[in-house]
Amino acid sequence: MTLLEVRDLQVAYGSAREPVVAVDGVDLTVARGEVVAVVGESGSGKSTTAQAIIGLLAGTGRVTGGSVTFDGTRLNDLSERAFERIRGARIGFVPQDPTTSLNPVLRVGDQVAEVLRIHGLADRRTARIETLRILEEAGLDDPALRAKQYPQELSGGQRQRVLIGIALACRPDLVIADEPTSALDVTVQRRILDHLDARIAETGTAVLLITHDLGVAADRADRIVVMKSGRVVETGPAAQVLDDPQHEYTRSLIAAAPSLADAPQRPALRKAAPILTVSNVSKTFRIDRKSALHAVRDVSFEVPRGGTLSLVGESGSGKSTVSRIAIRLETPTSGEVRFDGDDITGLRGHALRALRRRVQIVHQNPYASLDPKLRIRDIVAEPLDAFGIGTRAERAQHVARLLDQVALSTAHLNRKPAELSGGQRQRVAIARALALQPDLLVLDEPVSALDVSVQAQILDLLTALQTELGLSYLFISHDLAVVRQISDTVAVMRAGRVVEYGSTAEIFDNPQREYTQTLLEAIPGKVHHVR
Amino acid sequence: MVRYLGFRVLQAVGVLWAAFTVSFAVLYLLPSDPVSIAAGADAGTPVDAAAIEQLQARYGLDQPVAVQYWNALSHAVRGDFGISISTGQQVTDAIAAALPSTLVLAGTALVLALVFGTAVAFLATYTRAGWIRSLLFSLPPLGVAVPTFWVGLILLQFFSFRLKLFPAFGDQGIEHVILPAITLALPTGAVIAQVLATSLQTTWRQPFIEAARAKGASRLRIQTRHALRLSSIPAFTIAGVIVGNLLAGSVVVETVFSRAGIGRLTQMSVMAQDIPVVQGIVVFSATVFVLVNLAVDLLYPLVDPRITHGGSRGGTAAAAEEDPAHGDTLLEVEARV
Amino acid sequence: MSDTLILETVPATSPKPDPFSHRTFRIPSVVTWLRRNAVVAVSAVVLLLAVGFALFPSVFASGDPLRGVPAEKLQGPSVAHWFGTDNLGRDVYTRVVHGAGLSLTATLVAVGIALVVGSLVGLLSGALGGVVDAVLMRIVDVLLSIPALLLSLALVTALGFGTMNVAIAVGVSLVANFARVMRSEVLRVRKALYVEAAFACGVRWHTVLRRHVLRNSYAPVTALAAVEFGMAVLAVSSLSFLGFGAVPPTPEWGSLISEGRNYLAAAWWMTTLPGLVIVAVVLSAHRVGHAIEDRSAR
Repeated sequence: MTLLEVRDLQVAYGSAREPVVAVDGVDLTVARGEVVAVVGESGSGKSTTAQAIIGLLAGTGRVTGGSVTFDGTRLNDLSERAFERIRGARIGFVPQDPTTSLNPVLRVGDQVAEVLRIHGLADRRTARIETLRILEEAGLDDPALRAKQYPQELSGGQRQRVLIGIALACRPDLVIADEPTSALDVTVQRRILDHLDARIAETGTAVLLITHDLGVAADRADRIVVMKSGRVVETGPAAQVLDDPQHEYTRSLIAAAPSLADAPQRPALRKAAPILTVSNVSKTFRIDRKSALHAVRDVSFEVPRGGTLSLVGESGSGKSTVSRIAIRLETPTSGEVRFDGDDITGLRGHALRALRRRVQIVHQNPYASLDPKLRIRDIVAEPLDAFGIGTRAERAQHVARLLDQVALSTAHLNRKPAELSGGQRQRVAIARALALQPDLLVLDEPVSALDVSVQAQILDLLTALQTELGLSYLFISHDLAVVRQISDTVAVMRAGRVVEYGSTAEIFDNPQREYTQTLLEAIPGKVHHVR
Repeated sequence: MVRYLGFRVLQAVGVLWAAFTVSFAVLYLLPSDPVSIAAGADAGTPVDAAAIEQLQARYGLDQPVAVQYWNALSHAVRGDFGISISTGQQVTDAIAAALPSTLVLAGTALVLALVFGTAVAFLATYTRAGWIRSLLFSLPPLGVAVPTFWVGLILLQFFSFRLKLFPAFGDQGIEHVILPAITLALPTGAVIAQVLATSLQTTWRQPFIEAARAKGASRLRIQTRHALRLSSIPAFTIAGVIVGNLLAGSVVVETVFSRAGIGRLTQMSVMAQDIPVVQGIVVFSATVFVLVNLAVDLLYPLVDPRITHGGSRGGTAAAAEEDPAHGDTLLEVEARV
Repeated sequence: MSDTLILETVPATSPKPDPFSHRTFRIPSVVTWLRRNAVVAVSAVVLLLAVGFALFPSVFASGDPLRGVPAEKLQGPSVAHWFGTDNLGRDVYTRVVHGAGLSLTATLVAVGIALVVGSLVGLLSGALGGVVDAVLMRIVDVLLSIPALLLSLALVTALGFGTMNVAIAVGVSLVANFARVMRSEVLRVRKALYVEAAFACGVRWHTVLRRHVLRNSYAPVTALAAVEFGMAVLAVSSLSFLGFGAVPPTPEWGSLISEGRNYLAAAWWMTTLPGLVIVAVVLSAHRVGHAIEDRSAR
């Protein structure tokens, strides 16, 4: 029994004269009780499709063609008031970011009760009772207390549970979940998705799950719909799409998804002294007179020369702080850092600047690490200019060679960062980092902000450069699947400490500590099974 | 909490002291010689040297600057700002006498500004009709761009002389306060409307608004229950600026409508270069500003639950630093002038 | 490098613009921008006209602003006298045009003072931080605790009357705004990732300041300057209206309107029309300022 039917949907943004087509003829169906995952990268139109279904297109967005039928009713003709009766009551919506999807100045309980009050399912008194029941079903400890609190007092996972509770409160037939776990830590992601699974099993609700992560789709969906550039590229039962993809794009997505791919063969490491040694490093931040934040506690590891050490951890684990200490953008409160045998812990001034020639950093956010006012050629040449290397002509040549190394055409030289895509900007950042021919690159979540296919390209580039230039990498990531593709050794961090430390094979095949095991199990798509 | 309160009061006192010192420095150390002015030197008549000496001794101007400053400060702390050069009255008495009329004017203007400013902002962000929205959004910039004195004169011309609805001059009674209050309310209301409208617009773009719409909430419900509460907070924080604007605006409005009050007192004192009175008024306005800000600070936690219920997790290193995002947008700056 | 690699593994054409982002992939030319923004274009023209009045008054109004024909006094607007005549028979339009010189010069001086001093204070405060920041910002806070008009009135009391003194007084009263905005911008840029990246590349602090910080902070200050220009016009004309500006019969916008006060019932054009000119200039300055802010936000 088809619950939701989308036929030839077309959505555009912008003015009537210059429309930007976001969705270009999408067909999809969801049957009662079915879980359908819509998978695509940014710009695929998957979120726009979801918003169009419930009539919540942002800004100038409008449906320009096609139809959306829900349980026999055509949705795109509906008046706003009729739509309001359906939203929340018959179609629930789980938004993406739990940090910003709850009103910070209203109590949690009021926001839960609101959905019941709007649809007349409860009056003020009964709403309070119902709210407590919903919060309890959401798995929150002490529902009575949580109902009186404000959203900021709950953790990210708790807030998402509340949002799921709100979406299911009126027992809708369909729930649309727009990337419901993308903003959460990996271990929390798994728990939340498990919770969602359990709730919809109880209620028999159908789910339209929007995600960029094929692994998540593989684990949780009955059927998968793959979207690219506003169109549906492939659709079918989950197992079938993953085992026997028909479309080339699907195949490339599967190949690029680190969680679904096998670990590549890494070249053997040279037997040499490690290039970077961190010993018993701690870092404490003073917040005010009373409290301090112990970001890093007694951390030790080594980066193999010519190889890659990855620091893995969730948010708050201290991995970024450690990497910044390693490159001396921060000073440790205690402990020692040695680079190529020399103690760099207390370096200052001239010597510190000299260190910059040998250690460089690539930041996570390619949109923020490039000065928006400068042209690409000036950005990449800046390190050369800072150290007065070569004449202007020589520098220009060097810059052209660097762009070549990162596979960017020299047509970009005169452009500004705003004119480049995320992947291109990250390549520029890598080119800039290579300008001084450093020995060690610190890569702080370099691919986390990028689409999966672009991610794969950048990782391939990094691997190639490592072989070609003999670089050593200190790679920071929260994504274990990515780490597996690129590392020789791995250090797992939690709450400022190193929890487990060993070679990639040891960590992935034979994890000793429970936290490592939890992290590994949380990787979506490791075992894709038919629901 | 008590410690925070104490700290804020100390800060307020500091600002007042600094305002006093700055106004002292400006008024007493700059070229213009108050004594000669008082003795009538500007009028071109030859001045009696003995008379000047007498005046100087009377105002303590023959003593070194530091002593003058200390005297002035110790008197000011006790509420004595000296004597007006033009009227001979105690400065504090002059201000106290002028205050009630201005309070009535400013109070009425504030109410009008709040009512109309909020109404314009509410409607401008609630309506979906494009032309109404454009029209309403164009009002605040207009309100800020018109000279207050010109508006007052236009209103006088039209309502007093043409239509003979309101009297042109005078102090007592409500019919005398309407036109001046409307004139004073215009720029203030425009600022309130602008800040509130911008804030509402920003709030409407937040993800939790979309989440609320996904629950099936109507526009009215979202505007009143979700958006308004959060959006009024920025308007609340500029209360000090708004009160300051009312005080400054009264100078022009009271002059145009020939009303007695602090504004008129200011204008006459500046014209006569009556420095003690001008300094008294400057310190008075700083006091008002500081008190209003203190009140805002104290009431702020009640208005914004994010302050007291800010989240239990420890801050990051970034949180430990000052938040520069509290710097000003053009809007907030415009509100100040 | 590798001989098999394709030079562009990402499409060479600009990707489809993300409707939700503010990134543009083509920087539009100034002409197309002007065409799409008629209101801003008109505002710019008004401002240019006002500057023209100030610099070349005789080009725009041929008569003598100080000489009047008593027989023609208090006449309404007509073809001969666009803005009518005042109580001494002088042509109001001519007086407005010649008054533009004094009023706008004073405004420019005021904004100039505020911009230079305020930006310097803001830059030092934001860039150096620590004690310097604390001290400078406390001074700025004090200046902000006194409404701008009252502050300028206090300064005029001390400095004496006249157009230049009014200009200085208004300028000082506007310093605080520029200081705050500049400081806020400098702080924002200081914490930007690309500044850290520059330091990580070994760039020295003075080069970072010049190449990164200044270039990225000046835009909001420029926008503010345009808006403050409008505010300064209002402040200067208010002070002039109150009688603290140029001595009559020298024409100045504020005092022109003040002269019309006594003839409100008889000659509406004496107050209304010069006021409209002020409103037009202030509105235009605001519009241009906001357009600059919008443009730089992208």
